[in-house]
Amino acid sequence: MKVLMFGWEFPPHISGGLGTACDGLTRGLAKNQVKVLFVMPSASGDEDQSAVHIINASDVTAFQTRKEARELFEKVQFLKVTSNLIPYLGPDEFEEKVDLEREKEWNEFRISFGQKFKFSGKYGSNLMEEVMRYSLVASAIARQNQFDVIHAHDWLTYMAGIAAKRVSGKPLVVHVHATEFDRSGENINRQVYDLEKRGMEAADRVIAVSNLTRNIIINNYHIDPSKVFTVHNAVDFSTVENREITRGVPEKIVTFLGRITFQKGPEYFIEAAYKVLQKTKDVRFVMAGSGDLFNRAIRRVAKLGISSHFHFTGFLRGEDVKNMFAYSDVYVMPSVSEPFGISPLEAMKANVPTIISKQSGVAEVLNHAIKVDFWDVNAMADAIYGLLTFPALSAMTVRCGLEEVNALKWDNAALKVKQIYESVTEEKI
Amino acid sequence: MKKTLCLYFQVHQPYRLRQYRFFDIGKNHDYFDEFANKTIMARVASRCYIPANRIILDLIKEYNGAFKVAYSISGIALEQMEQFAPWALESFQELAQTGHVEFLAETYSHSLSSLISPRKFKDQIKVHVKAVEKYFGQKPKAFRNTELIYSDTIGEMVANMGFTTMLTEGARHIMGWKSPDYLYVNALNPKLKLLLRNFRLSDDIAFRFSDKKWADWPLTAEKYAGWIAGALEQDDIVNIFMDYESFGEHQPASSGIFDFIKAMPGMILNHTNLEILTPSQAAAKHQPIAPLNVPYAISWADEERDISAWLGNELQSEAFQNLYKIEDLVRQSNDPDLQRDFRRLQASDHFYYMCTKFFSDGDVHKYFNPYDTPYEAFINYMNVLSDITLRTPKK
Repeated sequence: MKVLMFGWEFPPHISGGLGTACDGLTRGLAKNQVKVLFVMPSASGDEDQSAVHIINASDVTAFQTRKEARELFEKVQFLKVTSNLIPYLGPDEFEEKVDLEREKEWNEFRISFGQKFKFSGKYGSNLMEEVMRYSLVASAIARQNQFDVIHAHDWLTYMAGIAAKRVSGKPLVVHVHATEFDRSGENINRQVYDLEKRGMEAADRVIAVSNLTRNIIINNYHIDPSKVFTVHNAVDFSTVENREITRGVPEKIVTFLGRITFQKGPEYFIEAAYKVLQKTKDVRFVMAGSGDLFNRAIRRVAKLGISSHFHFTGFLRGEDVKNMFAYSDVYVMPSVSEPFGISPLEAMKANVPTIISKQSGVAEVLNHAIKVDFWDVNAMADAIYGLLTFPALSAMTVRCGLEEVNALKWDNAALKVKQIYESVTEEKI
Repeated sequence: MKKTLCLYFQVHQPYRLRQYRFFDIGKNHDYFDEFANKTIMARVASRCYIPANRIILDLIKEYNGAFKVAYSISGIALEQMEQFAPWALESFQELAQTGHVEFLAETYSHSLSSLISPRKFKDQIKVHVKAVEKYFGQKPKAFRNTELIYSDTIGEMVANMGFTTMLTEGARHIMGWKSPDYLYVNALNPKLKLLLRNFRLSDDIAFRFSDKKWADWPLTAEKYAGWIAGALEQDDIVNIFMDYESFGEHQPASSGIFDFIKAMPGMILNHTNLEILTPSQAAAKHQPIAPLNVPYAISWADEERDISAWLGNELQSEAFQNLYKIEDLVRQSNDPDLQRDFRRLQASDHFYYMCTKFFSDGDVHKYFNPYDTPYEAFINYMNVLSDITLRTPKK
């Protein structure tokens, strides 16, 4: 079994959980005898290729000959962002007009896509253009390689997946790590939503990272439930390290670690902190991360008058994240909407008792984290207080939590993914 | 000599806790969810206690005393009945007046005190015995411990209090090849006779009656009487012990459970050579065949039939230890409100809610559990316990 996989990022250069998940999944697939050709827009060359073969889209020309160009142009017509709708024309006039338009487009296409394109691979302002170009390159890659199934991760790569499917005729699996509703709440970006929906509709199977996400896919994207499968993410920790940290403060520490954005629910953490601090001053709260609600968070903390016990660290990376976990007595993830959520697993791995919102996918696989509704700051405060106050509670969540996290293996998740591959490749035969 | 069928039903309702946040600690001493407790008591009374008692009363009259049953009603269930459904209490009193119903003693709070201290255990039994005398006008001679928890030493304590009969589980890991359908005695004090629950025949009604996937569904009174008669071809006594709420609550009226109960005694009394006795009568009549060795506590719960449903993890142990730390002080306090609340907090149910076994097995646990997770149950309970500890005068 060989898979052509489209991703957007891969460790070590990652900005979110997507790259880490791709890394874990491909390693798991390798152990399950599945070969992966991993395409990404901009590889740096220092990626670990022990489990995958990485194709750098920036090194690929979309086509070499005029014939190839013409074929691509015909097959990937659907990618055009501009609309063919022209008002007030009769059918004949319309056809004439459209032919003219197409000829113009074809010329533009040949010129602009005839050479290699240097992708940034970031999430910048010309993201849409990169997404479109990525799909063109994808169709070229699909023509140049042999594989049994196509796997595309998140909306940025869905178009690439569709293009590859059109060119090769192989089945397409799209993997939903997050939806537009998770990123933006109800005020979604229509263009992104449309791309997501097209990807899911074109796919032979849709993989969701949690039942929560699966429900969003079914209810908000109206995808046939029989082709949507949940495969929970896993986590592989390369090293177990018990850090010895000397603390500068005697109080216990309760930590929020993540982007300070609407999706992560930072304001609920602040309100819960306020409630706890009214009862005891023997605790400090830390909000680690940055984001568009950062300033608002600081203002709210100041207004509540708890700044002496509430600290902001700004964005943390690498070693600092590990140190932060080592400092913590309680980790809280109050996410409003979290398709999966890997950081509670990292906290539990670091022996930190963990509180998670019921609105997170990870809540579906964890028994030994305390679960609260994100909006229920009373329950959240109560859980924080309980973990700080009752030694048996923190001891048990830590002990059982560690066992639980250790049992979540990418090998098992990858096996499920492999079975999904098999179900579509068999269908095709 | 006639072989015996013995029926005992457990009646218990805990005082469920309200959501008690840590900000309430030291400020609010109102721990119990009155709305839930009231509605549940009223519901169970109308679905189970009232209709089932009516049927039992009719059967006693119909068979002129040849049909008998035993009940154990926990003290906190009696309290709630008096408070929220006095008509249910009256209907039990009406049963008591027939003279064919035996009331058993247990710990007043349906507590786990037998596992921590003989003195606390005895104190609570005495309080319950008084309550039974007060409500039903009889002094219990037979004893059943919370969830049928039993061990050699618990049995010895019970014997020393003057009880002659005790009920427990015919746990498979204790019985081995032996049948539960005989009279046994305590291994340390042979004066205490033991009646052992026949869990298969009991659970046929309590758990399987309405299960359409069960091979023997639907269970008819005729079929069931045949099984009992079959078991008693060789053995002496079949003990059918179960929660009274099985009738109408766990097994809904629509399953036909009430018709089954109406028909069953007739099948036994008219078509077999068996008699129906209460636990004390059964124990007095038959000869014990052997002492029963139970070094570690058993119960009637779950597959394990041990105490791990209440004291199986560190949350439960912590809560349990902390609860009984203040027991002496509460007793010395002369504060009736404090003592009342403390009694209610001892109910085994609060510990059952903290059980982590249900992650793997246990629809039964879920049915009885008002909390989503054992962690929530623990946090809530410990908050309450923190408050009552603050309330308790320190010498």
